Amino acid sequence: MCALNIQPELKPAYQGESVVNDFALMIATKNGSGSQTSNEVLIRSLFRMGIPVSAKNLFPSNIKGLPTWYTIRASKDSYIARRDTTEIGVVMNQDTAAEDIQNLPPGGVCIIPSDWKWGQSREDITYYEIPVKATVAQSDIPSEFRDRISNMVYVGVCAQMFDIPLPIVEKALLDTFNGKAKPAAMNFGVIQNAYNWAQENLVKADPFHFEAMNLTEGKILITGNEAAALGSLFGGVSVVAWYPITPSTSLVDGILDHKQIRKDATGKDTVAVVQAEDELAAVGMIIGAGWAGARSLTSTSGPGISLMSEFVGLAYYAEIPCVIWDITRMGPSTGLPTRTSQGDLLSLHFLSHGDTRHVVLLPGSVAECFEFGWRSLDIADQFQTPVFVMSDLDLGMNIWMSDQFAYPDQPLNHGKALRDKDALDAFIADKGEWFRYRDYDQDAIPYRTLPGVDHMRAAYFTRGTGHTDMGTYSERGDDWVKGLQRITDKINNARELLPQPIADIDPAKKIGILSFGSNHDAIEEARDTLTANGIHTNYMRVRALPLAQSVHDFIHSHQTVYVIENNFDGQLAQIIRMETSKDTTHMHSMALGDTLPMTATWIVSEITKRENN
Amino acid sequence: MPNAIGLERTDYKGATSTLCPGCGHDSISNQIISATYDLNLNMTQVIKFSGIGCSSKTPAYFLRGSHGFNAVHGRMPSVATGATLANHDLTAIGVSGDGDTGSIGLGQYKHLIRRNVPMVYIIENNGVYGLTKGQFSATAEEGAKLKYYGVNDLPAIDLCLEAIVGGCTFVARSFSGDAKQVQTLIKAAIAHRGTAVLDIISPCVTFNNAPDATKSYDYGKEHEIPLHSIEFMPKGYVPAKEEITVESGYAGAIDVTMHDGSSIRLKAIDNDHDPRSREKAIMLLEKAQRENLFLTGLIYYEEPHPTLGETLELTPTALTKLDDSLLRPSASVLADVMKAFA
Repeated sequence: MCALNIQPELKPAYQGESVVNDFALMIATKNGSGSQTSNEVLIRSLFRMGIPVSAKNLFPSNIKGLPTWYTIRASKDSYIARRDTTEIGVVMNQDTAAEDIQNLPPGGVCIIPSDWKWGQSREDITYYEIPVKATVAQSDIPSEFRDRISNMVYVGVCAQMFDIPLPIVEKALLDTFNGKAKPAAMNFGVIQNAYNWAQENLVKADPFHFEAMNLTEGKILITGNEAAALGSLFGGVSVVAWYPITPSTSLVDGILDHKQIRKDATGKDTVAVVQAEDELAAVGMIIGAGWAGARSLTSTSGPGISLMSEFVGLAYYAEIPCVIWDITRMGPSTGLPTRTSQGDLLSLHFLSHGDTRHVVLLPGSVAECFEFGWRSLDIADQFQTPVFVMSDLDLGMNIWMSDQFAYPDQPLNHGKALRDKDALDAFIADKGEWFRYRDYDQDAIPYRTLPGVDHMRAAYFTRGTGHTDMGTYSERGDDWVKGLQRITDKINNARELLPQPIADIDPAKKIGILSFGSNHDAIEEARDTLTANGIHTNYMRVRALPLAQSVHDFIHSHQTVYVIENNFDGQLAQIIRMETSKDTTHMHSMALGDTLPMTATWIVSEITKRENN
Repeated sequence: MPNAIGLERTDYKGATSTLCPGCGHDSISNQIISATYDLNLNMTQVIKFSGIGCSSKTPAYFLRGSHGFNAVHGRMPSVATGATLANHDLTAIGVSGDGDTGSIGLGQYKHLIRRNVPMVYIIENNGVYGLTKGQFSATAEEGAKLKYYGVNDLPAIDLCLEAIVGGCTFVARSFSGDAKQVQTLIKAAIAHRGTAVLDIISPCVTFNNAPDATKSYDYGKEHEIPLHSIEFMPKGYVPAKEEITVESGYAGAIDVTMHDGSSIRLKAIDNDHDPRSREKAIMLLEKAQRENLFLTGLIYYEEPHPTLGETLELTPTALTKLDDSLLRPSASVLADVMKAFA
């Protein structure tokens, strides 16, 4: 043990009140250093202890070397939004260490390699200096793994100092390595050595402890992108085309990882996944597939959406179902590829030239990413239109705690598709005719035949140029107006048929909060704090565009409404103003757009400030 | 006279063309009609694609019984890729132009070929943008003259060469004024499994038909050099016995058996081009470009590679025909998946 016999300067053992399951860790490392595995082991371990957890990965657009911060929040009250303050800093990146230490609150904890010989610059925090290199050296690790595995040292130290039982860590490690015993054992050796070293050499001088609870039973940990992938597979997606782009890539990776649940009896795939040459081709492929009668999707982010614009207009006007996931990041332009935003709302709703207005689904949790995964494919077929699902980097790439996903509560809805000769014969027997764009049911949704229906009257010509309700080319103004009016009616009819807003309304309360998407958890947490401070709020979360009538009712039944969004321009508020002729001066846009996931702290402070004015 | 499935040739027609009278594209549409009629194709099992431009209007003018899709400019390949993946039971025929394929769509063209999407890809190549009133396209030869735009200073892109370099297994060039050759090549292309490219020089009678223009009727009639006389023999056709003896090559005939059992027979005219050699095909096109030769016929052919759907190891059932039970795994599968995240 002589190699490890480095005695850091220690504070006396902590005597005050403990802080249990209500604090956050920030782990600062370099990108590409392998710390993600360590961080996942920590979050999984806490989850297995039954403690509600959440994690936010703040990473650079870089493969290796730039700083990355991973925050893990434990919350006995089940709050899972991002927290501004992290009490414990695991400071493993010299490039950012000075600032990282500065950012710790008084009473915080700094875990730092003693190898750096940095000393202790702050009096008001506790330092645990740990011999990273020596601990790794003590474990018999092949040299090529040493750098990466050194991240396990802080796992062992955290386990010891904050009371995470080692058997739980060991199991979490094995799961993180997908059951591969050998690498798990090698990593665990380092964790164990670090744990033992801390036990023998550190004196607990901070109040922070983890304690087992039972609040994660029946829950899962998953990213929104993986949830969306699973939802799509349960929704019968059969053609996927995509072009890699952060932060959407892991959605299609999820489909590739899980598509084995969709093998046929002989083990062949029932899902085609094509990596396209660009986003134009990706959306072209899913439009071709949707036209032919497959269930198709692509996944992209802002720059890809911009490229898809022309094709989406075609699919809208020619009425072709397909699903486009937008995992939003900061724009405009290349923007910040690894920072979250809700800045694509307006561009999705109105994408493409001319008069277009699209259906946009807005999941607010990983469970809704799963649900909208299958439902979006139904909605696209039902309305014969491209359907966007707007998630974001925070929802898509971070790990979230969730209830287990509910199995789809309705069978696949293929919409008004005449899929074979009999169906077309029956239709013609009933109506005396069939034309592609004729509104037979007075619901603005026409019937389509699928290519390959063996019937000489099945064919029609699909075009983005002007057409009549018979599908024939037309440059007549009245044909144009009639056609576009029906499509407009169709999209308007969808308002009350899409996923409806979820609201918590008490008529006695005068303040309303309106929002969408991944802001949800921060808002719920903020409302609790606001209530405790005497500010009572109602809350409605929008789940789809075009807006349901209930959104307008919500706006006009409150004295004050705050529209909370994580974009710069307050885009949801703009859409509401666009749609109403009523006075909206009582509606205030609270748009953040600061590149980070929303926090309750910001919401509380903004609303408190405005209410006190 | 009805064909083997009881259809008249006129049944294979589409709407009346709105192209300029005499347009080369209309004669290609006619050959598509004749070829599919001769092959007894069930039109309901054919899908037609196009991009944007004069050429891309034509799928409305043939095969009225087939679903058609007039996509966006230059991006027809991706739409066809998605549709043929979705339903591989259908025969896909795409029509594009030189602007559509050679400029805005060059990327998608190359990637379609790279993936070996099973389809007939016809380029109606006139070297000029017609609907926007006569700009040069990327296939216009260096030195070409146009009324408003003067002289083209840039070298032409050879779409057959691009196809061969890109890995295409069936590459042909033809001339819309050579009806018999166009029709025969279309039949062979339909029989081919994989991407079959037909670059057909198709004069624009309005903007690029001056007698000295290399993509004009007069020039084509005068300068076309067919590589072979070409004959398409449908599956089950038994040729005369003496014709079967094919020597190694060049002076005699070359028989190429297609995937579906049909074959094409190429008889050399006054050259020794063997389309089964990629190297020779590339050299031939280089020579044609250098010496300004208008060579037509089957330039390159090789045994088909796996198509995109085969590469992806998809289920043999067309994806559009999958039963819902294959599209949605059971609740117990979801329960198992959930365990992995608990």
